[in-house]
Amino acid sequence: MTRFPLILTIFFLGGCTGSEWGWYVISPGTQSGRINLGFLLSGLGYTISVSILAMIFSIAIGLLFALLGISSNRAARWSNRAYVEFFRAIPMLVMVLWVYYGLPVVLGISIDTFWAGVLALALSDSAFEAEIFRGGIQSISRGQVEAADSIGLSYIDKMRYIILPQAIRRILPPLGNQFVYMLKMSSLVSVIGLAELTRRANELVVSEYRPLEIYSFLVLEYLVLIVIVSYFVRRMEKKMRADEHQH
Amino acid sequence: MVEKNDENPVVLLEKVNKWFGEFQVLKNIDLRVEKQQRVVICGPSGSGKSTLIRCINRLESHQQGLIMVDGIKMTEDMQNITAIRRDVGMVFQQFNLFPHLTVLRNLTLGPMRVLKMNARQAETRAMKYLEKVRIPEQADKFPNQLSGGQQQRVAIARSLCMEPTVMLFDEPTSALDPEMIAEVLDVMVELAESGMTMICVTHEMGFARRVADKMIFMDHGEIVESGSSEDFFTSPANERTRQFLNQILHH
Repeated sequence: MTRFPLILTIFFLGGCTGSEWGWYVISPGTQSGRINLGFLLSGLGYTISVSILAMIFSIAIGLLFALLGISSNRAARWSNRAYVEFFRAIPMLVMVLWVYYGLPVVLGISIDTFWAGVLALALSDSAFEAEIFRGGIQSISRGQVEAADSIGLSYIDKMRYIILPQAIRRILPPLGNQFVYMLKMSSLVSVIGLAELTRRANELVVSEYRPLEIYSFLVLEYLVLIVIVSYFVRRMEKKMRADEHQH
Repeated sequence: MVEKNDENPVVLLEKVNKWFGEFQVLKNIDLRVEKQQRVVICGPSGSGKSTLIRCINRLESHQQGLIMVDGIKMTEDMQNITAIRRDVGMVFQQFNLFPHLTVLRNLTLGPMRVLKMNARQAETRAMKYLEKVRIPEQADKFPNQLSGGQQQRVAIARSLCMEPTVMLFDEPTSALDPEMIAEVLDVMVELAESGMTMICVTHEMGFARRVADKMIFMDHGEIVESGSSEDFFTSPANERTRQFLNQILHH
């Protein structure tokens, strides 16, 4: 955190000293600069919404496969292993391309860039979520399961009232980190043409031909987003720790 | 539907065998517990006594033999297992209270979710049993804010809230500091005197002498001796029982 302003200073000093810098391209002081800035920032909505939706789906799928993974049923456990190994092995960029270009052919449906992006990110990430959830659930002591069983709670009630509420406390910090990762990986969706932050920057570079400044600004955009998210993750971690002590 | 038969003893085990891998933990166990009977099981550690009572509510599965609880035969069927668990209360060595729920919520969860009571009924019942274990004032606290003895009494109340036909105690005082053992044993004695059917695994021989109708001594996975507490303590028939009693009574 403390080094952050220093990095920023170096960044902008670079603009003052080097003759090749041309910040005018996104300068809020000029009409065209303002338009360009607005254009770059207009990708923010897609970056955030793709990431959040992908995260939600990824958590849902991940939880399902985590539960299969800790099941006493061998076939269920096997399906968890297969799923995790398979989706963990596919590079995210490849997944984005395949979901957008391949899946519509296989299923005979059309998927727009937005939902293709959400789906690809969610599938890729869900393998990791499954492992996070599995670890979290397995970290809850055996005695909790036995106590829930001994009063006759059903499997669903046991998960809902006893195991998951305790597991979530331990899982939230890694989930937050996973969301940071998701925000960054959402830039990959630019390759199929979704107008999120990275795509916007690419498009502006093509018309303005100032890659150095525009990509530097893109770096800053992600940096700010992630610093904000990290701040909330850290606050959450602190609160969880405080709760744990209280209980 | 789960068939129920009132003619049977509360708990019946016939020729029960269980293995952990190659190792046989239970050997030909026969056990019959009648209504309102208080059975105390003792024996050296590793003798299979905890495993035995954990088979009664299916925290462990047995591989051979018959287990019947309150007239319901234990099968693989989840419906049967749930019906049995509803009838059987269990108190654990490590209390196993739900740390993220208040004491009251620990007690009302079972009645509300399993017995389908509404919140008010469940709370009334919970308070009744908290008073029985003498800690109604702790209802809104979290388990970690209580002493070990208080936590174990909450755990007993949590089981009682299900109004079980039989209560299992798995070394309920072994994790407690010495000064807290008495408060838990007092509650257990009261419970025994109120007519509850109980099966206790414990090393508390004072408690056993006072409440047990039947004593069981286990060693190496088998029931070595079984009889009235009078006979058991004054004239144990088996050499191993004598040795064990000597060890724990004269220390």
